[in-house]
Amino acid sequence: MPFELPSLSQLNLGVSIPAMSVAVWACILLLIDLWIPKDRKERTAWLAAGGLVFAFVVNLFTFNSGETAFLGMFVADGFTGVLNIVILITAFIAILMSIDYLRRTGTERGEYYVLMLLSISGAMFMAAANDLITVFVALELLSIPLYILAAFRTPDLKSEESGMKYFILGAFASAFLVYGSALIYGATGTTNLNEIFQSVDRVVTQGSTSVFLLLLGAGLVLVGLGFKVAVVPFHMWTPDVYEGAPTPVTAFMSVAAKVGGFGALLRVMMVGLPAFMLQDGATHTAWQQTVWLIAAATLILGNLIAISQTNIKRLLAYSSIAHAGYIMMAVAAAGTQGVGTSAAQAAAVYLLAYMFTNIGAFAVAQALERDDGTGTKLDDFVGLARSQPLLAFMMAVFMLSLTGIPLTAGFIGKWLVFQATLQAELVPLAVIGVLTSVVSAFYYIRVVVNMYLRDTAKEIVLPGESPRLNWAIYLSFAGTLVVGILPALVTGLSSSVNFTALMMP
Amino acid sequence: MENTGLGLITVVLFLPMVGLTILLFLDGRTQVENIKWTAFGTSIVTFLASLLLWAGYDAGNPALQFVERMAWIPQYGISYYVGLDGLSLLLVILTTFIMPLAILSSFRSHIFEERGREKLYYIFMLLLEWAMIGVFVAQDLVVFYIFWEVTLVPMYFLIGIWGAERRIYAAIKFFLYTRAGSILMLLAVLFVGGAAGTFALPEIIAGVQSGALSFPMDGLFSTQSFLFLGFFIAFAIKVPVFPLHSWLPDAHVQAPTAGSVILAGVLLKMGTYGLVRFCLPLFPQASIEWAPIIGVLAVIGIIYGAWVSYAQTDVKKLVAYSSVSHLGFVVLGIFALNAAGISGGILQMVNHGISTGGLFLLVGMLYERRHTKAIDAYGGIWKVLPVFGGISLLITLSSMGLPGLNGFIGEFTILLGTFGSQYLGFFFALFATLGVILAAVYMLYMFQKVYMGNVTKPENENLEPLHWQEYAVLIPIVVAIIAIGLQPAPFFRTMDASVGELASQFEQPEREVVEPVIVRNAP
Repeated sequence: MPFELPSLSQLNLGVSIPAMSVAVWACILLLIDLWIPKDRKERTAWLAAGGLVFAFVVNLFTFNSGETAFLGMFVADGFTGVLNIVILITAFIAILMSIDYLRRTGTERGEYYVLMLLSISGAMFMAAANDLITVFVALELLSIPLYILAAFRTPDLKSEESGMKYFILGAFASAFLVYGSALIYGATGTTNLNEIFQSVDRVVTQGSTSVFLLLLGAGLVLVGLGFKVAVVPFHMWTPDVYEGAPTPVTAFMSVAAKVGGFGALLRVMMVGLPAFMLQDGATHTAWQQTVWLIAAATLILGNLIAISQTNIKRLLAYSSIAHAGYIMMAVAAAGTQGVGTSAAQAAAVYLLAYMFTNIGAFAVAQALERDDGTGTKLDDFVGLARSQPLLAFMMAVFMLSLTGIPLTAGFIGKWLVFQATLQAELVPLAVIGVLTSVVSAFYYIRVVVNMYLRDTAKEIVLPGESPRLNWAIYLSFAGTLVVGILPALVTGLSSSVNFTALMMP
Repeated sequence: MENTGLGLITVVLFLPMVGLTILLFLDGRTQVENIKWTAFGTSIVTFLASLLLWAGYDAGNPALQFVERMAWIPQYGISYYVGLDGLSLLLVILTTFIMPLAILSSFRSHIFEERGREKLYYIFMLLLEWAMIGVFVAQDLVVFYIFWEVTLVPMYFLIGIWGAERRIYAAIKFFLYTRAGSILMLLAVLFVGGAAGTFALPEIIAGVQSGALSFPMDGLFSTQSFLFLGFFIAFAIKVPVFPLHSWLPDAHVQAPTAGSVILAGVLLKMGTYGLVRFCLPLFPQASIEWAPIIGVLAVIGIIYGAWVSYAQTDVKKLVAYSSVSHLGFVVLGIFALNAAGISGGILQMVNHGISTGGLFLLVGMLYERRHTKAIDAYGGIWKVLPVFGGISLLITLSSMGLPGLNGFIGEFTILLGTFGSQYLGFFFALFATLGVILAAVYMLYMFQKVYMGNVTKPENENLEPLHWQEYAVLIPIVVAIIAIGLQPAPFFRTMDASVGELASQFEQPEREVVEPVIVRNAP
């Protein structure tokens, strides 16, 4: 077949505008930033945020078009649309958090916002990737700016360590992903997810060698993406990176990297390999058991280790591992025939709920954080309820939401995930999920204990408080409560979650 | 499903929220008096509104009444669905009756001198009332679950902020225990809802009764059993059923007085209510299979609770363990699975709420005066505070089940039900009766040590007489104790139809079942 350059109309760029516009805007902003004076970098932030708003609005229009772009490598279906919403809100709140933080820590530079935009576009491309090549490129676009952002507080040693660690382990993860993709290509002869789906049956009938290749390839892709979303046993980098990175970056990457990673993971598994059964007539896919084990290990380890943490950023790091475990439950559930769509909806809602709550919690931690990065110990929360009643109340709601108490977003996410897991007949996994969530209640409640039940006469000042940070907290708080009290809004949104060309028998 | 409008239940349910909203706008430092009286006023209005429910309730009709239903999360078949039957109604009234007393009893408490934060306290009180009423009126499994979990949060703070020395430990223990139970229930709820295709309880129960929906039941370990246990464990922790009771003494002893009153008066009833409302009708076969085992646990709880009560040196702990014993009776009555047992159990829920709530109030008043809960620190209180002593005697007697007072009616009916039960029978009744005797032992022991004899400690000689607010708290309790003791009929009549329908599922025609009609004329 002679290679022909596709025409622009064949590329169908229109549906990719949300993700494309962010990337293009990042490049333009890099130039504009040159003319913005050093002490006015706030303007760069607002310009970046403006780009996000534009992408958000366009996303609402192209939402669920179901069309593909770049000759089938990029797809804009309901799943992409919902995840884009999550990513863009994350980024918007993260930018609100960043402006004053960068100023007071003396790291205010225009590149910060450009890098963040690039990372965002990477996450959005990942959510839309319909080809293993796109997954890889998008993953790099998501990750490389994050490595730099994690080390942005240089010469702060912890921040540098954070960036370095993230970079090395991230590079390993990418290598796994590429190798896995290559093996899948070897088995199926294609990297396009829809074509992989069509050739799975042929591979299975061909015999054991190609099945082994496909199995190994899928496993390595799982490893690569598992690193990104920080599931056990690929989670080791998380606490150090989260602790060392600048707090707004941590807040951002704890959500955006997970959204991108889970977006790609769900799509690869559910569009590419939903019919990968080792036996005829089976109802559970070949990869379900592995994902099951990873989910269970993540839930148990993440929650247990979180108990012993004394720093809120490390605690939230382990808690984010645990939450990855809950979303992994949904991925495992997607491996049962017929449960795929509701599992993907559950994962999307969980990500949305987790996004508001987790960013809010990090934002509160940032309000307490001193300029030198200290002040985020759990003991620093003692007496917060008396000195800062509103902030303490919002933090308490975030903690309850992470625990999964009703009337908060976290409950809605957990509920849907458990429901999907039960539908998929994975009862033991569901039981592990609920039991570990009791464990999680212990360490989240400890934060509340420190804020409300332990009292101190000392007045707590908030070094990081600023109107913009407050807005970030209010936004997250409002999101947490609205999703919790009016879940119909998000379940309505999530019911548009579907995969174009999802061909589950 | 069609949307009905909103009605009286919603008014009762959301009145506390209205009060709470007003509280949010009052200043916590300068308007303490306004805050107190707003909270109290709200709870009184809620009580009066709930009496309207009772007045408008048609006792002859076993169906749900005052039903309101509105779509909430239509994609998953979840609706804001509330309604009342006899059982729910009595417990709603109990809640709205106890709350004003608990709030009024807090007005003069010393805890605010140390800890302050009155505004937050009353906000949590009203939030708790809202959630508790919600638990009793919800007819949708998910909505019920949400209210159930929400009660946890204000109670946790009430214990944790305004409790005694070891309050943090007790609060965390309370939270984790209850959460562990309820999250398992969530799984069972999701499973049942998934199997039935709806979360609306009446529809699911209708499905179970008609046989359209059935959960496989063969032997003690089968799907239905696990679902039953999912619900049962959540409720058993709340009740608490032996051996899941260990959070209760800590929570009770550490909680502030009003917290203990609400805990004993209403929160524990959520557990027994759940048993009747969910476990029995949803899983009839599993209930039958498990009835003897649960009966044994209940009897152990009755005797163990009584035994441990006797050994206490702390008045509050004594009352706390007596709750374990009394609620053992309620669980025993419920799992007698006949009309007498269940209606006795329900009445005993109300009785225990009033009597034990009253005991905690008494302990609280003593504590306000002497700042100790040790039994040894008292003696001869009757001589110093004669009226208070008299009221205490009445409440103590009611708690140990003296004929003519409320406790007797409930216990007697339960024993009758247990005796006539196809599933429990004579030996259960026999051992439970032992519990009645033990109750007399520890209650009278406590009363004797605290109230009778001469004043041995000089500190007790000049105790401050009761404030009118304290009388206002105790008198409604005394009235309720005597009223139920002499005239239980209206209470039985309210629940007869609902209980009869529930119990008919478990009746097997060959044996005669004791009807509550006999009981009504008994005292």
